[in-house]
Amino acid sequence: MNAETKTISPNGPTELKLTKKDFESDQEVRWCPGCGDYAILAQTQRTLPDLNIPKEKYVFVSGIGCSSRFPYYMDTYGFHSIHGRAPAIATGIKITNPDLSVWVITGDGDALSIGGNHFIHLLRRNVDINVILFNNRIYGLTKGQYSPTSEFGKVTKSTPFGSVDHPFNPVSLALGASATFVARTTDRDPAHLQQIIKRAAAHKGTSLIEVFQNCNIFNDGTWFKYTEKNSRAENVVYLEHGKPLIFGAEQDKGIRLNGFRPEAVSLTNGKYSEKDLMVHDEKDTDATYAFILSHMMDNPDLPVPVGVFRAIDKVCYEDAMAQQIEDSKEKFGKPDLQALLEAGDTWDVE
Amino acid sequence: MSKPVESLKEATIRFAGDSGDGMQLVGGEMANTSALIGNDIGVLPDFPAEIRAPAGTLPGVSGYQLHISSFDIHTPGEKYDALVAMNPAALKTNLENLKPNGILIINVGGFKDRNLKLAHYDSNPLEDGSLDKYQVFAVDMNTLTRKALEELGLSAKIVDRCKNFFALGMVFWLYNRTMDHALSLLKSKFAKKPELAEANSRALKAGSMYCEATEQFVTSYEVKPAKLPRGKYRNISGNTATALGLIAASQKSGLPLFLGSYPITPASDILHELSKYKHYGVRTFQAEDEIAAICSVIGAAYSGSLAVTSTSGPGLALKAEALGLAISVELPLVVCNVQRAGPSTGMPTKTEQADLMQALYGRNGEAPLPVVAASKPADCFETAYEACRIAIKHMTPVLFLSDGYLANGAEPWPIPKAEDLPEIPVNFAKDPESFQPFLRDEDTLARPWAIPGTPGLEHRIGGIEKEAVTGNVSYDPRNHEYMTRIRAEKIEKIADDIPPTEIEGEKTGDLLLVGWGSTYGAIRTAVEHKLDEGKSVSRIHLTHLNPLPKDLGEILKSFKHVLMPEINAGQLVNVIRAKYMVPAIGFNKVQGLPFFSSEIEQKIDEILESK
Repeated sequence: MNAETKTISPNGPTELKLTKKDFESDQEVRWCPGCGDYAILAQTQRTLPDLNIPKEKYVFVSGIGCSSRFPYYMDTYGFHSIHGRAPAIATGIKITNPDLSVWVITGDGDALSIGGNHFIHLLRRNVDINVILFNNRIYGLTKGQYSPTSEFGKVTKSTPFGSVDHPFNPVSLALGASATFVARTTDRDPAHLQQIIKRAAAHKGTSLIEVFQNCNIFNDGTWFKYTEKNSRAENVVYLEHGKPLIFGAEQDKGIRLNGFRPEAVSLTNGKYSEKDLMVHDEKDTDATYAFILSHMMDNPDLPVPVGVFRAIDKVCYEDAMAQQIEDSKEKFGKPDLQALLEAGDTWDVE
Repeated sequence: MSKPVESLKEATIRFAGDSGDGMQLVGGEMANTSALIGNDIGVLPDFPAEIRAPAGTLPGVSGYQLHISSFDIHTPGEKYDALVAMNPAALKTNLENLKPNGILIINVGGFKDRNLKLAHYDSNPLEDGSLDKYQVFAVDMNTLTRKALEELGLSAKIVDRCKNFFALGMVFWLYNRTMDHALSLLKSKFAKKPELAEANSRALKAGSMYCEATEQFVTSYEVKPAKLPRGKYRNISGNTATALGLIAASQKSGLPLFLGSYPITPASDILHELSKYKHYGVRTFQAEDEIAAICSVIGAAYSGSLAVTSTSGPGLALKAEALGLAISVELPLVVCNVQRAGPSTGMPTKTEQADLMQALYGRNGEAPLPVVAASKPADCFETAYEACRIAIKHMTPVLFLSDGYLANGAEPWPIPKAEDLPEIPVNFAKDPESFQPFLRDEDTLARPWAIPGTPGLEHRIGGIEKEAVTGNVSYDPRNHEYMTRIRAEKIEKIADDIPPTEIEGEKTGDLLLVGWGSTYGAIRTAVEHKLDEGKSVSRIHLTHLNPLPKDLGEILKSFKHVLMPEINAGQLVNVIRAKYMVPAIGFNKVQGLPFFSSEIEQKIDEILESK
């Protein structure tokens, strides 16, 4: 656990001693056997006890889609709502009850298609909510139509001749919406998944976690290049604050910036060394650097970054609102309903 | 020598000018001053479209109609006794309703050739004899205002913008109004620009002085205070009354008020008003769209706030799915729908009652919810409060209907005592032993309100059908039918709370008028006139539109005929016909304008004579 996560416990030093079991509801988990969702659920249930937040303070809100069944399986407060609207419902919960730990569980269709508007506005306002976006690049619940993250040309039930839609890159979109915390992880890397969930929980402000998640029924293997043991090392670069961008099974390659363009270079041919590489800075308030990282995914010659792209401080919506309320109370005094009703010009009829 | 003063029981005055002429401001001030004097008032701000049409054109005319009286009145009046026309377009669009021999104050300065042409006048009405049947006072307000403000050294543009107060000064003189309130209004309105306060004050006084000094004006009028019930009064608009009703419900229930809203005409003033009261713990959230607005409200309701959203017809359409969710998860919230002329964008600044069917039925699935409607601007307070009370007691979303006419209209309001408002008890679930998310109260059938943060009550809710009692996901056919029926029964039970329907007139007879919403004033005035004539006419006005009052069926069947005036193509009339099998007659007007009571009187005569 890093220093940041320790600070979020509202109970101070008291250990609540919750376990994974405490977060498992009595409902039978119903996803297709082999679905990546199981791993995300398990790692979330495993991580929450470490946050040392009382169980009753958690609220999980979801929209519609396979991933959105998630709250039913968590023994916390849970709200399975309507398609795309979880960020708006979560916003209402968080700004009226800032001491709750509010989580949005969503998918690529839910967050980026029908709920795109709420998604970007949540990020822009920086409400202290954690969003876990299960990205499997397909509509699973409706049985196999292309999604807003599906590749151009993708053949699906609704695109028998290939999709002519260009996909969204969720990390780029979030950065464009001024997100203060953006991270990416995968369903096949439990340790990394847990670490990112903790980082997101610790961040004050909206946290977005994109999870590469496998739908083994309708889009099997869509992320295998980045998630399987035999290919992962060569195709993924792990982001760590203050460290150079190095990847490869032998840790023999790195990313250097050529102008505004990142390029993969060998660290063994004598031309480049570690000091020529990009050094990860998640605290950079200028989003340009994070954008460069996010767009590496669109370049087939580059590895895909996973980890925390950006984690910056910015005032939260609900804190600014609470401050205005406090200031107003100071300025105008206690509520007095009768005085309010009689405000302005009045006259008496005898 | 002072000029003679003639006493009137009532007067209807209309200010009309270009959108940029400030007619709403001076009309509103005439209303406030008259209310403070003790008159009863009824007003009709008649805005053009939101986006200003070119100056001087017919679509750019903005009107403010005001009815002042020395007795209890219910409408903004019909034909005017006096019309102020600031330009030819204002004259053209408003002359039709000026009474014969009515007072016509014309700003000659606005009657240039170009303006005559813009208003499609072939000849100047001031010269062609077409105004002979009126008492015309042609005054060059532009020049007179310029002269009055000459010493102030202000730009011509600023000076010309003061002519509305010159016009108000004339009307003040004509109806013997005191200037105190208007002068203090100017002082506070232009606190940061004292030169504008001074300029407008001078224009106001100059208008009055001009009437006093010139021989053109001989007689002035007075309208004595109305004999209203004792008490402290203020003048209040429908939207302000709605906002105050919501704050009052928040204070009485002890629940913090949350408003999630997206700006929309004519409902935005509720958002504006509530955003001022942060020290009352009011949180206002301007959402990214109508759907986010209601969804934020669902979140706030779920976690224990008095949660409200405000909108108008197109916004209500967008909220339909989320409203279904609120019905399904049985959370208390209030949707304020300030109706406007539809369909689609329709006429945003014009009034209509055409969202009733949308309110009652506009959702997928079997999704009943309570609907209440305000009848007068001040009544928005009580009805909004009632909506909150029902929502909390019965754990349901409630639709509160207002409309553009109520929202922007204003009237004297006898200010209630806070301690006399009905209590709104709140019981959050606390006990993990007895808790089940959908275990219902025996009397109301309401489910418990268990808010996040309560230890031991962790549970899941959602839009998927729920098993009775546990709230777990259920696709069981019989459970779905049971839940569908019990949700409906819960709403029907609200009728137990509705007080007996008040009938004006006899309890049985030839004709009963049934109204709802903002037709109150016109229907009441019409029925009272007919009662004075000795006709067998009675009237009821419904606040609760779903469920309907239990005694309604009996009342309807006690009359030979039932007449239902509505500002729509016939909506409640169909509900009533279907539910009670009575041949109720619809009387409908869909012009973006309220009824005139004379229209209803004519219809009453027609029915009574033909049958």
